[in-house]
Amino acid sequence: MTQHGGTSPKLALSESKGEERIGVYVCHCGTNIAGVVDVQEVAEWAAAQLEHRGVVIGREYKFMCSSLGQELIEKDIKELELTRVVVAACSPHLHEHTFRTACKNAGLNPYLCELVSIREQVSWVHTDKAAATAKAKAVVSGGVERVIRHAPLEPLRVPIHPDTLVVGGGIAGIQSALEIADAGYHVYLVEREPSIGGHMAQFDKTFPTLDCSACILTPKMVQVGTHPNVTLLTWSEVEKVDGFVGNFTVTVRKKARKVIEDLCTGCGICQEKCPKKVIDDVYEAGLGYRKAVYTPFPQAVPKYPVMDVENCTYFEKGTCKACEKFCPTNAIDFKQQDEILTLQVGNIVLATGYDLFDARRVTNYGYGRLPNVFTSLEFERLSNAAGPTNGNIVLRDGKTTPKAVGIVHCVGSRDRNFNNYCSVICCMQGLKFAHLVHERTGAIVYNFYIDMRTAYKAYDEFYQRVLEEGTLFVRGKVAEITDVPRRPDEDGHLIVQVEDTLAGKQRRIPVDMVILSTGLQPRYDAKETAKRFGLSCSSDGWFIEKHPKLDPISTMTEGIYIAGCVQGPKDIPSSVAQGAAAAARVLGKIQQKEISIEPVRASVNQDQCSGCRICNNLCPYNAISFDEDRGVSLVNAALCQGCGTCVAACPAGAISGTAFSNDQILSQIEGLLLLNIDEPVTA
Amino acid sequence: MTYKFEPTIIGFTCNWCSYRAADLAGTARIKYPPNVRLVRLMCSGRLDPTFVFKALASGADGVIITGCHPGECHYLEQNYKALRRFQLMRRTLVGLGLEPGRVKLIWASAAEGARFASEINIFVEEIRALGPLHWGVPDDEEPSTVHSPLSEMEVPA
Repeated sequence: MTQHGGTSPKLALSESKGEERIGVYVCHCGTNIAGVVDVQEVAEWAAAQLEHRGVVIGREYKFMCSSLGQELIEKDIKELELTRVVVAACSPHLHEHTFRTACKNAGLNPYLCELVSIREQVSWVHTDKAAATAKAKAVVSGGVERVIRHAPLEPLRVPIHPDTLVVGGGIAGIQSALEIADAGYHVYLVEREPSIGGHMAQFDKTFPTLDCSACILTPKMVQVGTHPNVTLLTWSEVEKVDGFVGNFTVTVRKKARKVIEDLCTGCGICQEKCPKKVIDDVYEAGLGYRKAVYTPFPQAVPKYPVMDVENCTYFEKGTCKACEKFCPTNAIDFKQQDEILTLQVGNIVLATGYDLFDARRVTNYGYGRLPNVFTSLEFERLSNAAGPTNGNIVLRDGKTTPKAVGIVHCVGSRDRNFNNYCSVICCMQGLKFAHLVHERTGAIVYNFYIDMRTAYKAYDEFYQRVLEEGTLFVRGKVAEITDVPRRPDEDGHLIVQVEDTLAGKQRRIPVDMVILSTGLQPRYDAKETAKRFGLSCSSDGWFIEKHPKLDPISTMTEGIYIAGCVQGPKDIPSSVAQGAAAAARVLGKIQQKEISIEPVRASVNQDQCSGCRICNNLCPYNAISFDEDRGVSLVNAALCQGCGTCVAACPAGAISGTAFSNDQILSQIEGLLLLNIDEPVTA
Repeated sequence: MTYKFEPTIIGFTCNWCSYRAADLAGTARIKYPPNVRLVRLMCSGRLDPTFVFKALASGADGVIITGCHPGECHYLEQNYKALRRFQLMRRTLVGLGLEPGRVKLIWASAAEGARFASEINIFVEEIRALGPLHWGVPDDEEPSTVHSPLSEMEVPA
């Protein structure tokens, strides 16, 4: 074993001085740990100084998580009859499972293994080698003391309810719902707008192939709307989520459409007859009108309209009822109330998407003040054949075709005043706009960019194509967009003031129209949604995935997955891929029928319980009940989530928490404090 | 032999937020002093005040308790219970004649690696200013009974 640098076992099999026979394994993680921590010293120290605690072997190895590293542990468990294993390596959130499995393979109960972190908590955050090595020893010592108190445990098995909830009916949610439904399982698709489709339904063309967005999206919308395995709940919102993986209870508010879905045929006469026009801020991005009773767009799924109660003349003034009079099937019901639905699901996919960055915040670009400055979503509607101008690219006056158009990239993104992150889609979006303007108006098009980011299949080719079409590219961040002329040729134009960093010049470029390639930001209520589902948001507000590279679909909450822009800005192909991936995860869970979860649960020792009932009100899951006859409290293991608050509160010490018992933690504290890091002062 | 005082601090972390913040600080290679040694709990609500007193009695100069931000508890509301216990603990500390500043409660979400590191920095300095909780044992004397039997096996780092 010398090739691994391990010390040979100091004790013959029967000589362990502690009650347990413990193996300590210290990982180099290449140089990640070994670069800062003297791993050999830690391993040797553990074998020598913790011998009286039962440590019979201390080894170090380059990569403990590799199959060779695992075999090393497995071999020792068998040959040295180890009863406990401590691995000092990375965070337990990464490799706890790996080492537990290794123990299991060697016939040791997996919960008799403790992984302590000397990478994330030591080598990566400290620079002083001596201090880091000392801390690593302390951490190992804590792990040894803790693992002595471990008890063999069996994972809990919970059944998985086969139904799934998908929240958000954009392309990611649609894809996810379809994949699961096609596999033969039931899906509830909840969408808060009147129709599914999301942002993609608002676009005209999609980059880089310039497919018509509606042409590729609407078949999927229809498929999901008519799928026998999909219950579509539009104009609905999730209010409450209870339970845990396999057994969520979800409360959904189905807002009153004021239209009886069973009777409505979707003929559209109510919309035609409704006398009230309302500016459509959502679907038409404020550029067009809808009626007070409406479907947002002709291909909407479902076809049933909703009534906008705030703007309906009947609800305002008490008269009108034009829709009711003309409805051929008497489907209008002004008295309809919100419905509260309770759904039982096993897994949840969140695909709640993004909001457009509010371009008004960049005051120097004049959006909202200068009429001919448009946001990207406004331009999408302008260029959409089904949009307010029938696809004519015109100025805000509704008739003038622009002769010169400026497209500003990175609006609200990559800017420390707003959002630091890159919104991913804006470069390609800006190029798409350039192509569309060029094709439809023949105008001169300027793209103002900081860096051109076209890193995806066929994206850079599209950039080359737009270059060849004659679009002019100016590399520099636009300083200001103004309508105040300095020269006669600027009269009546918008002037883009920009530093051309390639030519090293300041430029003032007169244009007729400016399109802001606006970035993406988290939904305005993303924080609330995260709370409702028990997830966390990054500091930017995007939902945090379980692992940024290796698990971008899962969240820290078992059974809840994320797909699409809710996880971070991404384009359509990535959203679709993530939606499908989330579905694959859900299907995997459903097909297991039941899954193992960590046996972290509280239980009451009834002989010790004095019946004081202090714990009764502490449990947020109402898992603790009081048995009047016997005068003791009881924990319902099916409801307990293992937070341990009752364990900490019990004055009699009658409640114990598996895997996090008082004994284990107190011993770990003692172990951690075995070494103090006072450095001798050399005189 | 004289010793330069380096505070020893025990940190209690919540599995869902602050432990992940510590992981994130590591992944992002944000440096903080090596004085703090972390204990993972499932929730700050799991923190039995005994743990804190045990840590202080066993050689820690300070204890930092970390949990999810109010309203963001993985177990709905247990961090509020940690907050209540923390207030009581501080009163008990004063009653025992200790500086209440030796125990601190901070909130750090899973995204706040940088914040976690900076809070550790601040706390280490605070404890450094308060000075050692445990008087050193002169060389020629046997360690006092204040120390647990484990400390007899102490070796210099």
